[in-house]
Amino acid sequence: MKKLAFLTCSLLAMLAACSSDYAPSGPIGGESGTELAERQVIHIGNGTDPQTLDPHRAQGVPESNIGRSLFEGLVAEAPNGDLIPGVAESWEISEDGKTYTFRLRANARWSNGDPVTAGDFVYGMRRSVDPKTLSVYSFILAPIENANAIIAGDLPPEELGVAAIDDRTLEIRLENPTPYFLGLLTHSASYAVHPPSVEAHGDAFTRPGNLVSNGAYQLAEWVVQSHVKLVKNPYYWDADSVTIEEAYFHATEDVAAELKRFRAGELDMTNTIPKSQLGWIRENMPDRLVIAPYLGSYYYGLNTTKPPLDSPALRRALSLAIDRDIITKQITASGELSAYSWIPPTIANYGGGVEMPEASWTQAEREAEARRLYAQAGYSAENPLRLEILYNTHDDHRRIAVAIASMWRNVLGVEATLVNQEWKVYLDTRNQKKTQVFRAGWIGDYNDPYTFAEIAHSKSELNDFGYDNPEYDRLLALAAAETDLEKRAEILKQAERRLLDDMPLIPLYFYVTAKMVQPWVQGYEANIMDHFRVQDLKILKH
Amino acid sequence: MLRYSLRRLVSAIPTLFVLIAVAFFMMRAAPGGPFDLERSLPPEIEANLRAAYRLDDPLWLQFARYLGGILRGDFGPSFQYRDFTVTELIATGFPVSLRLGASAILLALVIGVTAGSIAALKQNRVTDHVVMTVSMTGISIPNFVMAPILILVFAIHLRWLPAGGWGDGALRNMVLPVIALALPQIAYIARLTRGSMIEVLRSNFIRTAKAQGLSTTAILLKHALKPALLPVVSYLGPATAAVITGSVVIEQIFGVPGIGRFFVQGALNRDYTLVMGVVVFYGMLIIAFNFLVDLAYAWLDPKVKYS
Amino acid sequence: MTVEVAAGLPPQEAPAGRSLWVDAWRTLRKNRAAVAGGAIILAMTVLVLVGPMLSPYTYAQTDWANTSIGPSLSTGHIFGTDTLGRDVFVRTLYGGRISLLVGLVATIVSLAIGVTYGAIAGYFGGRLDNVMMRIVDILYAMPFMFFVILLMVFFGRNIVLIFVAIGAINWLDMARIVRGQTLSLKHKEFVEAAEALGVSTLTLIRRHIVPNLLGIVVVYVTLTIPQVILVESFLSFLGLGVQEPMTSWGALVKEGAEEMESAPWMLLFPAIFLATTLFCFNFLGDGLRDALDPKDR
Repeated sequence: MKKLAFLTCSLLAMLAACSSDYAPSGPIGGESGTELAERQVIHIGNGTDPQTLDPHRAQGVPESNIGRSLFEGLVAEAPNGDLIPGVAESWEISEDGKTYTFRLRANARWSNGDPVTAGDFVYGMRRSVDPKTLSVYSFILAPIENANAIIAGDLPPEELGVAAIDDRTLEIRLENPTPYFLGLLTHSASYAVHPPSVEAHGDAFTRPGNLVSNGAYQLAEWVVQSHVKLVKNPYYWDADSVTIEEAYFHATEDVAAELKRFRAGELDMTNTIPKSQLGWIRENMPDRLVIAPYLGSYYYGLNTTKPPLDSPALRRALSLAIDRDIITKQITASGELSAYSWIPPTIANYGGGVEMPEASWTQAEREAEARRLYAQAGYSAENPLRLEILYNTHDDHRRIAVAIASMWRNVLGVEATLVNQEWKVYLDTRNQKKTQVFRAGWIGDYNDPYTFAEIAHSKSELNDFGYDNPEYDRLLALAAAETDLEKRAEILKQAERRLLDDMPLIPLYFYVTAKMVQPWVQGYEANIMDHFRVQDLKILKH
Repeated sequence: MLRYSLRRLVSAIPTLFVLIAVAFFMMRAAPGGPFDLERSLPPEIEANLRAAYRLDDPLWLQFARYLGGILRGDFGPSFQYRDFTVTELIATGFPVSLRLGASAILLALVIGVTAGSIAALKQNRVTDHVVMTVSMTGISIPNFVMAPILILVFAIHLRWLPAGGWGDGALRNMVLPVIALALPQIAYIARLTRGSMIEVLRSNFIRTAKAQGLSTTAILLKHALKPALLPVVSYLGPATAAVITGSVVIEQIFGVPGIGRFFVQGALNRDYTLVMGVVVFYGMLIIAFNFLVDLAYAWLDPKVKYS
Repeated sequence: MTVEVAAGLPPQEAPAGRSLWVDAWRTLRKNRAAVAGGAIILAMTVLVLVGPMLSPYTYAQTDWANTSIGPSLSTGHIFGTDTLGRDVFVRTLYGGRISLLVGLVATIVSLAIGVTYGAIAGYFGGRLDNVMMRIVDILYAMPFMFFVILLMVFFGRNIVLIFVAIGAINWLDMARIVRGQTLSLKHKEFVEAAEALGVSTLTLIRRHIVPNLLGIVVVYVTLTIPQVILVESFLSFLGLGVQEPMTSWGALVKEGAEEMESAPWMLLFPAIFLATTLFCFNFLGDGLRDALDPKDR
């Protein structure tokens, strides 16, 4: 239903705006409104250049966008993000939640016609966790029995808890019950690869001509810094319902240029939009803008390991002095939600509801409290707090940092200097805790609160704010062992409340994704993971 | 001349060696590494990666191995493009950059020298000011402003040309990036030509030629152009090497798959091998073009001799 | 611009006692385009120094009720505001301070190094020239970004570093051009004559080579200024240039380019200031070139 509503809506807007520069001739979808275009070719802006097409080595969003159309995991995602059967047509989960048995489709085929077997998945997952593969996302498979030991090089890959009972039956054994495990199986780290071609070509198996894939498409061309071209895989089990014949994923590093190519009609979909152009887009082509909540939190980390930010009261003062609505309404301005909690409220297995106590106050009340806490910490107009805000070079981060420095100065009298660094230097500075305040963001690896909660664990690789609270760590360990989803959510909520009280990081807003989609692209639905598959799209006559 | 050429060829070897050594160690001294991510890798995975790329060996050993590789024409695997070697990346990207850059330089040379000569002939008159003002737009308006304006006008409003993409080097895809690349070069060449042409036009031998009643065009082409081109040629050596190895801004805005982006993207990603590859490649081009420039001096001004 | 560097020069080829500079000044004054250019640059300098005091706004002051509003007299934002509600007029003037300073100092640095280096290499030639020019080749190919990152890591951020970083790359072209001209000048009759008369090498370079180089040097300086002003904004990208909320013309033009269609005033005003300055430097440069041309006398 949602799909239909989107389409109708954009159609009406189109008709109303027929005189504009951007209206194509004639109604979209022909006379009937659903008529397909003759040439089923789609051009997609895909952000930065993909670094690899090896599903087990992939680490970035551009690679996984292509991967989802090239490969199919045991489980796949519908356009709205719901989990649907992929290569596995059904599965069973044991009582204790630790054994998954998948029944594979009889007609699943590789792009060279070979059947996709349970053995291919065993081969793929073993390869994924094999240290020799040099995967950086192998930890996705960590819930599987022995995976961590294999990744660490302590056990051979053959010890992985994955077994082919027969060609069509795959069994996966887990260390602990993991409520989000099925979701992990949509990640490229769990894909099967075609064993004979990997063996034959080695590292070059991802080249056009060598790559054998099991998704709806196969690789036709790969021009570094230009595009990856996919063509329909005739052997795909559901090939009959695949409409688009060719898909181009263009490298579009420069977002402003990407929007221009979209406006010139060269792209059917963009990867994102330049935030600063939002006002212009809303005015001139609002019907093509698609915005959806995204599983990410934008935050300011506070280095709690050294004075002055080792004081929780001061940290809360800084948090309360920020008017989040100004940031979300005037700077990012694409419908981001001001954040008064750390974990995005839309996340699965959680229910939300945790917020900092001041969330319901007015901004004036928050600022008054901020001033009180600031004075209590011993600062005043004569003795102002001096801070350094670190951000990595980017226009959006720059504007937010300027705004926050200005709010801190106006509300508290804090003298903040801004420091921007190029990404790798920034990471280094952050990692070595040579910071005071730093800008950061976290996009969930999977749709579960744990991927956010674990960041503040004292041992987490992402805990660059140096938060070290044994009680928080204890709650996380408790949650990891809990099989009852509701109880688990309760424990995680307790942990989040503690985190918000201590405020080692200031949550600012929850991300959204924004992209441009031409009205003739049918079937696209924005979802919280920002995932889509080309096979779900169609090009209407235009 | 032959002996001079040979000497220059021999001197290229230590030059390249110093370049490689300084660039190699400078790059390694910079903070951050190719495997630094926002979420630091689990230690064992990072150890595996470092071992696979042999980053744990002593630096001098890595350097020696790198030199050995270069001698065999092997620039090593790219850290960023994990499915390609640096040699492959340069081999596929350079022809694109070369085609674009060479067209831009040729265009700039023709327009720049013509504009500069006209301005010099009409020195301090309205024509001079108009010609120079127009040719200066290329550096007064930076290319990251000029390129989007070109796209807005010619691709979005007039719909004459594509807004981006390479299209296997089709002419229509080349027009806008070539213009955007050529504009600043036109400014340089026109101004240098004008300046030195004015000087040459005032020298004694031109006065003699004028006294003999030769036409302005004849004087310009036969006598004045060659000596006047001297500073232009000095500039052109490194400029050509730079332009044919691509421009980050132009490649990003127009989506051109050249090697210009590797300089910046490679450096930002700490893709050591990729940056080294383009540095060595670019260094060779610089050396080659500056050698050609020095040969050109002798041709433009027969009194310049090398011993 | 070049006067500071070359001011120490003694009178040249001027037996009647008219110094090169008095002479040049006289010629320059007669060139209307050059005089106008110089006057505008002076006016611009005064404006960026005094102008911010005339505005009720500061360069860092954000105004959330008035973000991205167009130029208007009634709001007092005569150039409009940027996406954070900051006054574009004041920011353009502050940006001018930085850009003019960077343009001036970094150009002088690259000029001083480039001319000396190029003249020495070109005049002495041979092995010295070969070594010196190979060093230039190496510097050309050096990955500049790592150089800047290292500068920053080892010395922290510092305005002096900006000049060092920019000066360090921009003298290369100058050195090559000067060397090329020197090679050719060396064989001119008047140089060979002076050499035969036993004039010392240093005097010879100073009196006969450098004055004859000035024309092309001045022209190249006018090409270096825009380059330097834009390189500064690239340094900001690496974290070395000026930091927010302070700004420069390069940074303003870059921000403005993003808003080309939505808030054109953000691009237009800084770009006009930048372009006007560059054009004026140009005309002034051309006038200086004519005035310094020894053949003209």
